[in-house]
Amino acid sequence: MTTVLDRLGSGDVLCGDGAWGTQLMARGLAPGECPESIILESPEVLAEIAKLYLDAGADLITTNTFGGSPLNLRAHGLEDRTEEVNRRAVEVLAQAVGERAYVSASVGPTGKILAPYGDTEPEIVADAFGSQIGALIAAGADIICIETMIDLREAELAVRAARAVSTDIPVIATMTFESTPRGFFTPMGTTVDQACRSLVGAGADIVGSNCGNGIEKMVEIAREFTSHTSVPVIIQSNAGLPENRGGELVYPESPEFMAERVGSLVELGVRIIGGCCGTTPEHIRAIRDAIDESRHE
Amino acid sequence: MDTLQLISEGLQRGEHENVAELTRKAIDEGLPATRILNDGLLAGMEVVGRRFGAHEIFLPEVLLSARAMNAGIEPLKPLLIAEDVPSLGKVVVGTVKGDLHDIGKNLVGIMLKGAGYEVVDIGADVAPEVFVDTAEAEGANVVGLSALLTTTMMGMKNVVEIVKERGLQDKIKVIVGGAPVSQEFADEIGADAYGYDAGNAVEIVKGLMA
Repeated sequence: MTTVLDRLGSGDVLCGDGAWGTQLMARGLAPGECPESIILESPEVLAEIAKLYLDAGADLITTNTFGGSPLNLRAHGLEDRTEEVNRRAVEVLAQAVGERAYVSASVGPTGKILAPYGDTEPEIVADAFGSQIGALIAAGADIICIETMIDLREAELAVRAARAVSTDIPVIATMTFESTPRGFFTPMGTTVDQACRSLVGAGADIVGSNCGNGIEKMVEIAREFTSHTSVPVIIQSNAGLPENRGGELVYPESPEFMAERVGSLVELGVRIIGGCCGTTPEHIRAIRDAIDESRHE
Repeated sequence: MDTLQLISEGLQRGEHENVAELTRKAIDEGLPATRILNDGLLAGMEVVGRRFGAHEIFLPEVLLSARAMNAGIEPLKPLLIAEDVPSLGKVVVGTVKGDLHDIGKNLVGIMLKGAGYEVVDIGADVAPEVFVDTAEAEGANVVGLSALLTTTMMGMKNVVEIVKERGLQDKIKVIVGGAPVSQEFADEIGADAYGYDAGNAVEIVKGLMA
């Protein structure tokens, strides 16, 4: 199978998958339950969700390992099973997707604040990423996808941890930005320009943004990314920000609404387009179709 | 420049050792503890809060300033007690049941402490009755509820209901916050207020205590 970097090198625009959390909850994950525990308890559920996104046309399928670092797993008493959780997550998806898509192994923030601002030393976080990412790569992940980062130092630690395990595994690194009157910043104050330089400098192959915004803000963020870096850019947008409708939380952006903005992303040069919170297989199907259409115009 | 001004500026720059030293110097100069607190430390923290709200500075700077605030409060504590200075108020903060995300809640706690409030942090995954039990036992004026997950934020409503059931709504105010939470949601569940970030939470608490 050609690697994701080969595909991007040949000019392809790829489609990511959508939200997993809501799919897991629809299949019985209780609030507060550890999403990664599903990997050990009911892996068939993961294969089922993977198939929905595959059939919707996703080229990358994300593992359910966002909180798979030992620092996150500790809260659920699964710290000692870090290797097993991450390995099994990749194995289950690899079997489910076969040659139809890349297994993109998710790595989220540890939830710790690095010293001197918080109480966690960088070495602790680096070791945690090392254990998680080491297991993901050893199990055969096609891509390491470091995502939803707000602290540039933590994101760099994750990228370097991946690079320390493998010099050639494709590494995606995405951060979450807030729109302010002064422009886009992560809550820790990182700009898109700084993110590009540091993440690429640390060894990321693909950079961009996920979560925190609906598709319209993401188009603005994408414009900044493509103007600040020459490496491929990935955008994984929420289906808007959640709204409360009669006691039920709803992500407001429809598949059509998101798909209508995909053309702008492709025009800006974004190379992987997928979904984050609130997106469904229907959103991914619409995004897939919009990518294909924009390629044929 | 006078020592209080230097304390305020040192705090704004996040220099915790400098702020502790300057605070001790102000005490040695014979300044009343309340003046050191209000015109030095809190004055500095107010500027920090304002600049954070205007996105001129971000969390790292705020966290360093909060650390400097705590460093300055330490030598002042015995004097504030001796001068019988009443506490600004007490706030119980925690993340709601089913939710383990504590960064937002921690930041709110840090900012409130920085603004001079007593903070009782009861951690994450907290049952609704524990919020109210703790507030009653501690004599707190406000409970601050945090949630990151859309699935757990609905639990905030239970806390509001327990406060009402026990007839405590005049004594204990409920303030909510977190990524998926909004003013509209706060209104719907009957919370007293909504804070959109840690800096705003301090403003809201000030308003509720007034």
